[in-house]
Amino acid sequence: MWNYEKRLEFPVNIKEPNAMLAQAIISQYGGPDGEMGASLRYLSQRYSVPYREVAGVLTDIGTEELAHLEMVATIVHQLTRNLSMEEIEKSGFDKYYVDHTIGIWPQAAGGIPFNACEFQVKGDIITDLMEDMAAEQKARSTYDNILRLVKDPDVCEPIKFLRQREIVHFQRFGEALRIVQDKLNSKNFYAFNPEFDKCEDCNNNSNS
Amino acid sequence: MGNQEQLLHDIGIVGFVLTELTLYLDTHPHDRNAMEYFNHYNRMKNQMDREFSQKYYPLTTSLADCSKEWRWGAAPMPWEGVCE
Repeated sequence: MWNYEKRLEFPVNIKEPNAMLAQAIISQYGGPDGEMGASLRYLSQRYSVPYREVAGVLTDIGTEELAHLEMVATIVHQLTRNLSMEEIEKSGFDKYYVDHTIGIWPQAAGGIPFNACEFQVKGDIITDLMEDMAAEQKARSTYDNILRLVKDPDVCEPIKFLRQREIVHFQRFGEALRIVQDKLNSKNFYAFNPEFDKCEDCNNNSNS
Repeated sequence: MGNQEQLLHDIGIVGFVLTELTLYLDTHPHDRNAMEYFNHYNRMKNQMDREFSQKYYPLTTSLADCSKEWRWGAAPMPWEGVCE
């Protein structure tokens, strides 16, 4: 279960609306490397992991991703809440507006709706952690791309914070991968699925 | 920055320290220094949360402590921002 804290992980106080920027940033809500995919990926991958500490990493990073999802939604909301009809028409926001007004809906910058196929739960922890590390780097690149479009410091600061967190999560997933490999027979890292195969040969016997 | 904003800002900082320490301890569960930091900031955060909830509004339902009105429901949502 979860408990909700009525505060953002990092403050977001945007004064100037900017529909064009909102359309780019919404990709980190429901796009291919966005926070919705990140949170659902980690929180879904954890159930079949046989190592408690690794399931813990997936739980805690997945939980932080929910806080990031809320931050991205807040940025998009504050960039669109005081838009005039003229700005909506001029910025190209009209296509989003016609379906969602100024509500927050999970889609990519190009309008493609969020889809669970944007992430995988392979049920093999080495495979899944490799994907998780790649996902953190892809999200970091997306935030870099967003930062090249942003001039407003009110938008820049929370995006820079989110970018930093991708780097920390990459580090933690790398450590989780190492924890998994330390438990396995080094001759057979990729020959068995530690979430499924129940064989003596999978495990690291050097400690016994 | 008013007192309320300042306290919420400080809670954000201490909360972030705890988020960071939690992830670190998940993969370094035997680091005694990190555990000491965690305990220190955890106590600080609990105290600040209680102070904020008593003075302004509850940040969690466990701190709602309502007798006359449903304080949790009246509390501002975090995406509203300060420039409303």
